[in-house]
Amino acid sequence: MIDLLGYQFFQNALIAGFLASIACGIVGTYVVVKRISFISGGISHSAFGGIGLAYLFGFEPLFGAAAFALLSALGIGVASRQGEREDTVIAAMWATGMALGILFISMAPGYAPDLLSYLFGNILFVPASDLLLMAAFDIIICGIVALFYNEFLAMTFDEEFATIMNIPVERVYLLLLCLAALTVVMMIRIVGVILVIALLTIPAAIARQHRQSLHGIMAMATGTGILLTGVGILFSVLADVPSGASIILACAAAYVLSTVIVRARGSG
Amino acid sequence: MTPIISLDHVWYSYDGSPVLEDVTLDVFDHDFLGIIGPNGGGKTTLLKVMLGLLAPQKGRVTVRGGSPAEHRTAIGYVPQYRTFDFGYPVRVLDVVLMGRLGHIPGPFRKYSQKDRNIAMEALEAMGIADLAGRQVDLMSGGQQQKVILARALATEPEVLLLDEPTNHVDVRTEEHFFGILKDLHKRMAIVVVSHDIGAISTHVDRIACLNRRLYVHDSGEITGSMLAEAYQCPIELIAHGVPHRVLAEHGEDTGP
Repeated sequence: MIDLLGYQFFQNALIAGFLASIACGIVGTYVVVKRISFISGGISHSAFGGIGLAYLFGFEPLFGAAAFALLSALGIGVASRQGEREDTVIAAMWATGMALGILFISMAPGYAPDLLSYLFGNILFVPASDLLLMAAFDIIICGIVALFYNEFLAMTFDEEFATIMNIPVERVYLLLLCLAALTVVMMIRIVGVILVIALLTIPAAIARQHRQSLHGIMAMATGTGILLTGVGILFSVLADVPSGASIILACAAAYVLSTVIVRARGSG
Repeated sequence: MTPIISLDHVWYSYDGSPVLEDVTLDVFDHDFLGIIGPNGGGKTTLLKVMLGLLAPQKGRVTVRGGSPAEHRTAIGYVPQYRTFDFGYPVRVLDVVLMGRLGHIPGPFRKYSQKDRNIAMEALEAMGIADLAGRQVDLMSGGQQQKVILARALATEPEVLLLDEPTNHVDVRTEEHFFGILKDLHKRMAIVVVSHDIGAISTHVDRIACLNRRLYVHDSGEITGSMLAEAYQCPIELIAHGVPHRVLAEHGEDTGP
């Protein structure tokens, strides 16, 4: 373990897990209390279309992912506010993004060597440049949440009353979905588009069981995320198994454990 | 006297099926108006039209002479209890503070000490100031109902709109609740909507019956024909269980 810390790749992995957990703890809390996990799932899968496009034209995949994630967030948000059935829109975006990604990659010359890492994540190959990008996203997300904390609280608690208070509810909602999109992009490096939804929601869901205020949940979800990605990374290196899968399984195990503890306490 | 809220021949329909037909109503300062009517009669829709949450297809709605969106901070809205997610992780004071948001210019709304004082006063008026730091999901139904009313009071309204406020409380709490409303009526107008005739008719000064069309009566007394108009079914069915004093004596039953 001490030896491992000497390796650059291992340090980067832990830092990436740390940085992603900050965004994930904050935004994941809103995702859980507003019950929009499946919108986040739709956003992350449609981001794969952007990764495919980046392969085809040879630019940085995370930029492609960010563009597609933001567009699908706005698309889902606007369409559902215009009276389209939200679950239908999510399902359509979800599969269309994946289909576009596969199409673009098949059109790109040569073989896509790290394709699996975008689908299932590989935190052990996070380049240092990505860490800077993730830190920048964290700053943007923390700043926006600090500025709009009361607007987000009012909108997620009671949209109708927030409207009467003359808060631009639709724009605030779209802003929240955009934050979810940025968070999803950060996490693609770590767990991949397919597994993002679990890492986004499980730490916040665990924190929800133990904390009673929004900021309390955010803080605990961040800490939980850092701990669980760390455990997942360590297990992945020691057992030589894929990192994305081991992080998600660590999350799932912690969620089950937490639920059992809370239930036992409640009935005791 | 200019009304606080004025509806002028308002029509509203959801997907082509009419919910409000030709509704005309003025709510004045010091009004204590009860609106009764069957479920599905359009009561909640009427309140949402007053608040500018729904735009009528025909007719005109004004609040303090202007559009509802401009002046709805003059309205304290107490929505139906069941529309709430009380599992939300939030403290009582934070819910009540949301009533201040309409008075804070955006974006980046932050509460001042004055906002906190007003929110605490609203909790005191409801007699639950000691619960300010509690989580809403750990409270009883009656206490939660008071929290929503306190949130409406924190907007410093000129008129309170309450949608079925006593649906989820027992009879004792209901009496207590209307006692609070009577107190509040000294400083603001009140509009209470309910399908429970007995609950509101003993407390209000003026009553209206709504079943798509609105019939306004300038007294708190309910007559058989009023009910027949609004519910369009035999009065015996509805009047059963209603306290006798709210119904007109036999022979006076001439209607409006």
